[in-house]
Amino acid sequence: MPMLASVALSAALFAATAAHAQVKVGVVSSSSGPIAAVGVPQKNTVPLLPKQVGKTTIEYIPLDDASDPTASVAAIKKLIGEHKVDAIIGPSGSPNAMGVIQFAAEAGVPLLAPVGTAAVVLPMNDQKKWIFKTTQNDDLIAAALVGHMKKAGVKTVGFIGTADPYGENWQKVFSSLAAPAGIKLVSAESFQRRDTSLTAQGLKTVAARPDAVLIAAPGSSAVLPQTTLFDQGYKGQIYQTHGAALDDFLKLGGKKVEGTILAASGLLVLDEMPAEDPVRKVAADYVAGYEKLHATKPATFGANVYDAGLLLQAAIPAALKAGQPGTAAFRSGLRDAIEQTRELPGTQGVYTMTAQDHSGFDERGRVLITVKGGRWSLLK
Amino acid sequence: MNLQILLLLGQDGMTSGAVYALLALSIVLVFSVTRVLLVPQGEFVTFGAMAMAAMQAGRPVLLAWLLVTMAGLRAVVATWHWLRHGVRPTLGSWWALPYALGLWLALRLLPLQSLPVGMQALLTLALVVPLGPLMYDLFFRPVASAHALVLLIVSIAVHGVLVGLSLLMFGAEGARAQPFSEAGLEIGPVTFNAQTLWVLVLSLALIVALYAFFERTLMGKALRATAIQRLGAELMGISPTMAGQASFALAAFIGALSGVLISPITTLYFDSGFIISLKGFVGAIAGGLASYPVAAAGALGVGLVESFSTFWASDYKEVIVFTLVLPFLLWRSLTTRHTEEEA
Repeated sequence: MPMLASVALSAALFAATAAHAQVKVGVVSSSSGPIAAVGVPQKNTVPLLPKQVGKTTIEYIPLDDASDPTASVAAIKKLIGEHKVDAIIGPSGSPNAMGVIQFAAEAGVPLLAPVGTAAVVLPMNDQKKWIFKTTQNDDLIAAALVGHMKKAGVKTVGFIGTADPYGENWQKVFSSLAAPAGIKLVSAESFQRRDTSLTAQGLKTVAARPDAVLIAAPGSSAVLPQTTLFDQGYKGQIYQTHGAALDDFLKLGGKKVEGTILAASGLLVLDEMPAEDPVRKVAADYVAGYEKLHATKPATFGANVYDAGLLLQAAIPAALKAGQPGTAAFRSGLRDAIEQTRELPGTQGVYTMTAQDHSGFDERGRVLITVKGGRWSLLK
Repeated sequence: MNLQILLLLGQDGMTSGAVYALLALSIVLVFSVTRVLLVPQGEFVTFGAMAMAAMQAGRPVLLAWLLVTMAGLRAVVATWHWLRHGVRPTLGSWWALPYALGLWLALRLLPLQSLPVGMQALLTLALVVPLGPLMYDLFFRPVASAHALVLLIVSIAVHGVLVGLSLLMFGAEGARAQPFSEAGLEIGPVTFNAQTLWVLVLSLALIVALYAFFERTLMGKALRATAIQRLGAELMGISPTMAGQASFALAAFIGALSGVLISPITTLYFDSGFIISLKGFVGAIAGGLASYPVAAAGALGVGLVESFSTFWASDYKEVIVFTLVLPFLLWRSLTTRHTEEEA
């Protein structure tokens, strides 16, 4: 009898777990190592991600890859092999994300990458159809900057970018958009994120006498090129990319970054966003939740992970119709459902995915922002 | 390229070169006295710069915790040796704990943000310098007579741990301190930034002071003696432990001072120290890890080459700078007689 009872009990337990099946989501972030500035706010965002959709709970398994692409691959394999996750959010860095595409695709696990480079989803192919990206593509941001330059009558631009995929891709995207707009790139300099002196690059840029300078660097490495140009007496307009959209940029740059123009998500200037903007409410909730938990303002990098959580949350009900969590049917249903996302407001913009566009932003994903009085402010 | 650009690049190269020179000197010093290739030298730079920036930004100086922890560990180790092996602890193994606690308290109570820059710099030095001898006592003294390779491995391990702690203490974002003074000095067509002058003048003063220390003081002569012949020096009554502690203290002092000096010029990150000290290391290699003047000149050369090569080929700067080490290594390996070190 006791044996029968235990069988009945385990059967009941099994039924109970099956009814409230858990969705497992792995989160890979670089919360240590050189790009920890990106990874730390992402790791901090995990407790804010949606925990439940209807009766289904979502469990998150966070791992740190120490900014190392090899460790990212190991983390992804561990999540897929040991934890049998249904989806993955991460990794933090573009090179890290590029390295894991094939493993996520082979296992048929949808991966939502909060990284900058468009190469994770473009050009679309059999592997990349498993990958989604929760950041604005560089060309969307660059188009906004080129539009502003054109209006301001800028004819020549100097470029200073980091010597990594971030800076290199920006140079490519920007020059391809600038040429048709009649804007000439007169100098292109590169630097390493950890460089302590950019005097030489600054001198060379100033010597080319451009109307404006575009600096493409992620995080606080965007500060030094601009303060160097300021110290060298450069008087033209300076543009930054969304990589600089951090409060640390203001703190480190001080009065030397006054008047900078950049395009980024509205997260930085929430108070000034129109009340009816669909992004405003989502972003305000996220910022409030993050501040309550960590007593600091979140960086956009964290918001990219939050949006990945929102996309999953919206896609899970449809995926549940395809199969139980933990099965290949569920994972592929999840992928299909994310691809069907229409008009979903996130913190970074409004997502409308298609089979070809796995980033899904339109112009609601960015606004022009300037630095005024030591604060971010909407450019009117 | 005109004269103005030439002068500006020269100024830039001299400024970085002066810092690399200081680090090269301390690498040579520590290596010749203790045979330790001080990989964590860069961490002293980061600690100095970050602690200074934290004080000015009104953030708590978490580095004080590291000092208290290391001093505490040191006291525990000394007590254990006393109980277990009956080795009476010297006053020196316990002094650090009350000092660290006192400093920790002072940093909590003092209005750090409103103190004059000089006081902030002194407090930073008071915080970072004791880390040097503590590091030596805890990690290197127990293996002081081991093979140089063991010392190098320990050195790399300490570096790895400190970089991790640095991320914990200072966060991932960079930091920057305020300049000592805003004024500039115009010489010909070039305006010298005041901070640049501070770096050059203080570096030069420090090099002169180091020279005087080694030539004129008993302590300096003792260190030199240990560097030349460790066993001989010990027979003459010079304690190798004292020599090790002193050289690490000097290294921490030089590192922290460099950090304080450059923190207003540039953004430093939790892991910036390594690449800076690596360039000092290239200079030290030029001097064969033995000659102070050649090491200093080599490091200055590294700074200048870096500056000019960035101007002409910014993409290849790092490659050019670190390729500089090859001719020196080649020259060394062809001209020096090789002796196997006993294991």
